Amino acid sequence: MTFETSTMTKDPILKVEHLSMRFGGLMAINDFSFEAARGDITALIGPNGAGKTTVFNCITGFYKPTMGMITLRQRSGKEYLLERLPDFEITKQAKVARTFQNIRMFSGLTVLENLLVAQHNKLMQASGYTLLGLFGFPAYRQASKESIELARHWLEKASLIDRADDPAGDLPYGAQRRLEIARAMCTGPELLCLDEPAAGLNPRESLALNQLLQEIRRDTGTSILLIEHDMSVVMEISDHVVVLEYGQKISDGNPDFVKHDPKVIAAYLGVEDEEVEEVIEEIEEIESEQGGINP
Amino acid sequence: MANVASTTASAGSELTARALREAVFAGLITLGLFVLFVGLKTDQNIRNELILTQRWGLLATFIIVAMVGRFLMVAYAQPWLAQRKATKAAAAEVVKEEGFFSRNFSKIAIAALVLYPPVIVALFGVQGSLKWVDNFGIQILIYVMLAWGLNIVVGLAGLLDLGYVAFYAVGAYSYALLSSYFGLSFWVLLPVAGLLAACWGVILGFPVLRLRGDYLAIVTLAFGEIIRLVLINWTEVTKGTFGVSGIAKATLFGIKFDASKDGFAALMGLPISSAYYKIFLFYLALALCMITAFVTIRLRRMPIGRAWEALREDEIACRSLGINTVTTKLTAFATGAMFGGFAGSFFAVRQGFVSPESFVFLESAVILAIVVLGGMGSLTGIAIAAIVMIGGTEILRELTFLKMIFGPNFTPELYRMLIFGLAMVIVMVWKPRGFVGSREPTAFLHKRKAVSGSFTKEGHG
Repeated sequence: MTFETSTMTKDPILKVEHLSMRFGGLMAINDFSFEAARGDITALIGPNGAGKTTVFNCITGFYKPTMGMITLRQRSGKEYLLERLPDFEITKQAKVARTFQNIRMFSGLTVLENLLVAQHNKLMQASGYTLLGLFGFPAYRQASKESIELARHWLEKASLIDRADDPAGDLPYGAQRRLEIARAMCTGPELLCLDEPAAGLNPRESLALNQLLQEIRRDTGTSILLIEHDMSVVMEISDHVVVLEYGQKISDGNPDFVKHDPKVIAAYLGVEDEEVEEVIEEIEEIESEQGGINP
Repeated sequence: MANVASTTASAGSELTARALREAVFAGLITLGLFVLFVGLKTDQNIRNELILTQRWGLLATFIIVAMVGRFLMVAYAQPWLAQRKATKAAAAEVVKEEGFFSRNFSKIAIAALVLYPPVIVALFGVQGSLKWVDNFGIQILIYVMLAWGLNIVVGLAGLLDLGYVAFYAVGAYSYALLSSYFGLSFWVLLPVAGLLAACWGVILGFPVLRLRGDYLAIVTLAFGEIIRLVLINWTEVTKGTFGVSGIAKATLFGIKFDASKDGFAALMGLPISSAYYKIFLFYLALALCMITAFVTIRLRRMPIGRAWEALREDEIACRSLGINTVTTKLTAFATGAMFGGFAGSFFAVRQGFVSPESFVFLESAVILAIVVLGGMGSLTGIAIAAIVMIGGTEILRELTFLKMIFGPNFTPELYRMLIFGLAMVIVMVWKPRGFVGSREPTAFLHKRKAVSGSFTKEGHG
C-alpha cells in the first residue's frame, strides 16, 4: 500500500472509507477506500463487473452500503455522511448529481423541460411549495424566468440550444448523453458523478465531451467523478485514477502511474492469478532496462 | 393518346380478370367452409329420427355474397384505397395552418357551455329543458370533473388507479352525512369534502408507494371496494344499502330553490319549476369543472406538475435529481382525490340521495376509460371523450325507434357497455394514444411544439 500516501489530498471533497457492499453471498465491493480531491476529475476504472457502478450507487444513495463511510465535504466546510442520507437528499442537500450508464431521460418532456425538472427543489421553494405559485405570486414568475435562463446557459454549453423545444426522446444518442450531463449540472452540484459518459460516442463526440467536462470544471469548479472504459477520455482529462478489480482497489494514482502499474496491466490483459507475479517481474525487467524511470 | 387509353383499358381488364379469379377462389373457399355447416343441417323429424335437411339455396347465397364481396373488394375498394393513400402521401408535404376554430377551441367550448341552458330553455321550454340540462349537461360535467381529477393521477403522474370511485364516494358521503347530522350548508361542506377525500388519497397513497404497475392497480381496486363495503356495512352511520336520503339542496347566497315564499322562483317572479335548480346546478358544475381545469393547467406549469410528469417518465432519474418521489406521489394522489371529493359532494347535492350502489367498480372503469380514450394528460381530449361516452349512453335511452326494429322488449340502455367497448376498440385502433395523443410542453425557448405521443410514457405504476 505504498501508493496511498502519495494520493492523500489536502482538501478532499469525497472520502470513501472501508466501503463494502454485499449482495447475498456476493461481495461486490470489499473494503474499498479512496479520496477525490476538490476540483479534480477523478476516474474510476476497472474491467467489466469490477463493481464500479456499485460504488457509484453507494455514493449516490441508490444502494445502502453494508459497511463503510462515505463523507462529502462541501466548499462551505459542511460535511455529509452520504451512506446515511436517502437518495434524493444526496442531490438536494449534499449536492451530488449523477448520470446513468443507460441514459435515463424524461423522453416525453422537451429538452428544456428536462432541465427545468432538475431545478425542482429551487423552484418548489420559490413557488411557496406550490401554494403561492398557484395564485400567481410574482416570486415564482421571477424564479421561473431565472430557471429558464440557467437552462439556456447549460443548453448552450452542451450545444443543444437548437433542439430545446424538441422531445428529449427524439435526440440522437450523443446529444442525449450531453443532455443528461446538462441536466445534472442544473441541480447545481459540487460533485458530478458520471457513469460511462463516453459509452457509445464516436471519436468526435467523445472529444466534445472532454471539452465539456473540462469547461464544467474550469467554469464552475465542480469536482467530477467518472466511470469510464474509453481510455482516451480517462487518460486525457482525469487528474487521478482509481482502479477497481473484483471489488478491490488495485491501483490509485495519477494517470501515468496507473498506466504503468503492472497490476492494472494484468487486470486489463486478463492474466491468470498465478501469472501475475511473472508479469510484474517482466515489466520490472523492461523498466530497469529502460533506465529506471520508476520513482 | 390512343396508346395511353389502350394501356389504361388493358390495365382495367387485367384488374377485372384478377378480381374474377379471386372471386372464384373466394367462392370455392366459402363452399368448402360452409358445405357441411350450412348446406347440410341435421334435424329431428316428428318421430325423433335424425334426418339431413339439404339447404343448397342458402349455401348458394353465402357463396354468391362472398364472391360478389371479393370481386368488389379487389376491383374497386382496393384501388380506391391505394389511390387515396397516394394522394394523401403527396399532400402530406403541405403544412396545415391551424384554423380559427382549433386555435380558440377552449374559448368557444366554454362559451357554448355557458350558453347551453338558455338555448335549451328557448328551444324546449322551461319544463322540457329539464332532461337536457340534467341528464346531458350535469351528468357529463360530473364525469368531466371526475376524469380530469383522475387525469392528474393516471395521466400526469402515471399511477394507475382503479379505485378512483372511492374518493367520489368519500366526497358524496362527507356531504350527505355532515349535512344531515350537523346541518352544515353545501358551501361549507364542499371544501371539507375535498379535504377529506384528499386525506383518503394520502391514506391510500402511503401503502402503495412502493408498488408499481399491475400491483398498484390491484391495491387501488381493493381500496375502492373497501370503501364501498364500509359504506354498506357501517349501518349505524351510513344506513347501509338504504343510503342517505333527503340531503339538503344547495342555496344561491342563501336563496333556496323551493316553492316557499322566499324561494328563488318567488323572488324572481317566475313560475315554480324544478328546472331553475337544475340550471343553477349546471352552472355550479361548470364552475367546478373550470376550477379543476384551471388548477390542473396551473399545476402543470409549476415544479410539482413537472415532477409528476417526470415521475411518469422515469422515477429513478427523478430521485437522482433530488426530487422526493414519496411526497410527489402523495400530492398526486391527494390532488386527484380532492377533485373526486368535490365531484362527489356535488353528486350528493344533485341527487339528494346517496347509496353505495352509485360507487361500484364499474364507475371507476368508466372514468378510467374516459381518461384513456381522451388521451392521457389532455384536458380537451378527456372532455370530448366524456361527452362521447356519457352523452352517447344517454342518447341510447332516447333511441325509442330501436324498439320498432328489435321488438318492444328491447331496452337500448342495457347495451351501453357494448357501445363503450366498441368505442374503445375503434379509438384504440385508430388513435392508440386517445383523441388527443400529443402533449403540450409546459415551457419553451423558441417555439411551442406539441410532443408526439410516441415519446411520452404511460408510467409504470
